[in-house]
Amino acid sequence: MNPTEFILTIEDLTVSFDGFKAVDNLNLYIENNELRVVIGPNGAGKTTLLDLICGKTKATSGSIKFKNTELTRLAEHQIVRTGVGRKFQTPSIYENLTVYQNLEVSYPEGRSVIGSLFFTTTPAVKERVTRIADEIFLTESLHQQAALLSHGQKQWLEIGMLLMQDPELLMLDEPVAGMSAKERDLTADLLNRICKNRSVLVIEHDMEFVKKIAHKVTVLHQGKILAEGSMEKIQSNETVIDVYLGH
Amino acid sequence: MNELSEKVLGGKQGALHLAILAVLLLVILPLCLDLFRLGLIGKYVTYAFVAISLVLLWGNGGILSLGQGMFFGLGGYCMAMFLKLEASDPISTKIQTTPGLPDFMDWNQIVELPWFWEPFKSLPLTLLLVLVVPVLLAFIIGMAMFTRRVGGVYFSIITQAIALILSILIVGQQGYTGGVNGITDLKTLSGWDIRTDSAKYCLYFMNAGLLILCIMLSRFILTSKFGMLLLAMRDKEERVRFSGYDVARFKIFIFCVAAMISAIGGAMFTLQIGFMSPSFVGIVPSIEMVIFAAVGGRMSLIGAVYGTLLVNFGKTIFSETYPELWLFLMGGLFIAVVMFFPDGLAGIYEKYAPHCSFSMLRARWLKKVPKVTGERQ
Repeated sequence: MNPTEFILTIEDLTVSFDGFKAVDNLNLYIENNELRVVIGPNGAGKTTLLDLICGKTKATSGSIKFKNTELTRLAEHQIVRTGVGRKFQTPSIYENLTVYQNLEVSYPEGRSVIGSLFFTTTPAVKERVTRIADEIFLTESLHQQAALLSHGQKQWLEIGMLLMQDPELLMLDEPVAGMSAKERDLTADLLNRICKNRSVLVIEHDMEFVKKIAHKVTVLHQGKILAEGSMEKIQSNETVIDVYLGH
Repeated sequence: MNELSEKVLGGKQGALHLAILAVLLLVILPLCLDLFRLGLIGKYVTYAFVAISLVLLWGNGGILSLGQGMFFGLGGYCMAMFLKLEASDPISTKIQTTPGLPDFMDWNQIVELPWFWEPFKSLPLTLLLVLVVPVLLAFIIGMAMFTRRVGGVYFSIITQAIALILSILIVGQQGYTGGVNGITDLKTLSGWDIRTDSAKYCLYFMNAGLLILCIMLSRFILTSKFGMLLLAMRDKEERVRFSGYDVARFKIFIFCVAAMISAIGGAMFTLQIGFMSPSFVGIVPSIEMVIFAAVGGRMSLIGAVYGTLLVNFGKTIFSETYPELWLFLMGGLFIAVVMFFPDGLAGIYEKYAPHCSFSMLRARWLKKVPKVTGERQ
């Protein structure tokens, strides 16, 4: 395949912590408008992989190309500005602000010091906040303090904060952790909706949930790719069953 | 324009609180107090500049600087250097071996004005340097700390260490700085005698006016998106960074603004009190300023001003009668505030005042009215 068709191209990526290779010579290609799920046992390097892409951890060697921009050399905020958004494993929101403010502050304008001092909330911003609040099921809690939200709602809010930035690549680290069954279903719908004009990379353990959303699944094991393909293919793969899914 | 005034005043409630403070400082206190007591208030108000800088930096940004005294001191020293040069004209210093030099230089066998004193011959340049020197220092410290992501307790300890180093440097370089005595014996500002009663009144009003302006500037910052980002950074710095903001730049900026506001206080201190010494630069004054802000309320600009006034008023009254007890009381006060009232006086006010003042009185009045009419019937 022609490499320009991929939105994210990861080649020979390695990171070692004091000799331990958390990610080992990894190659990963994500297409436009694809929803990819990465699964694997604890310590497989899933979260480290996201850390590497968003710049939280610096790669020891290898390359990460996002739309022909090399990310490994950029600072975190610059990577975000190229169009990569990342949700953390534990909901990471601003507890002292309201839901509205949480979303508003994530709007990708007024990002410089001076810009933020003179930033004014235009009707377009308000419209975007209300639209996204609706999408993440939080219209009713819009003026509530974020600290008062339930765990699941906090997860949605963080996804909403990323949607405010309208990223071309959205990375979600265990988005349904701690959610009720109903909330999981709603989240699955949400992800299926928001991956329409962007690529989404999800880390998840809940196989039922993965089945609902994944276009393609990558199995990581000890920092390496064990298998890759459709959900059915992965579920019938002998090695995957041995190391992760179990019999 | 409307929106700007809204932002600067902080809405109806904010404008009311600011107006009350302005009336208190500019009308009530000058009418009620003699010049000596008013001079004390003027001194406290200069500390209030530092307290509001800490509201920006610590209360809203979560960056606890334990070295704000150095910016206060630098602003004060810049002002004092100009006044000292003016007071050291060749005629009034003719008994010295080198007339025309500040007296302490003469005592320390310095025969030529050091290069860094030269700019302080000009008033406009001095006024500029009062702001630029502290901001430059804050910028350098900020660059070194925030771009390396030094924060929390580490930042506090480092700022404290730098404040200590600066005060030791000033004490040690007696010939250039006046040493432990500081820069004293200041007389005139461009020929205007600052020791007269009228000048003291004038400076008091200038000082209080500048404080109100600084509060308005701070309000503008806090009500903008920048202010919201400060709160966000205090909550979850990583989230702000991974939302596309260069966190270090925001922190450096607010640190510089805080330094500038503190420096204005320092310069006004020198003008009103007539001297500047290293005892306002080191660790103790820096921590005292944090206590002022904490007692008043670290989230409230206006609260911090009242906190500064009250703590200092208490200090003056108590240290006149029980000088040895004051420090214990101050320590106890700080612990009590942190443990029981983390949002200080402003927090207590927010919690109880809206119920007990206006609305409660009205409710009581409304309750009484039917009773009265009932009796009449």
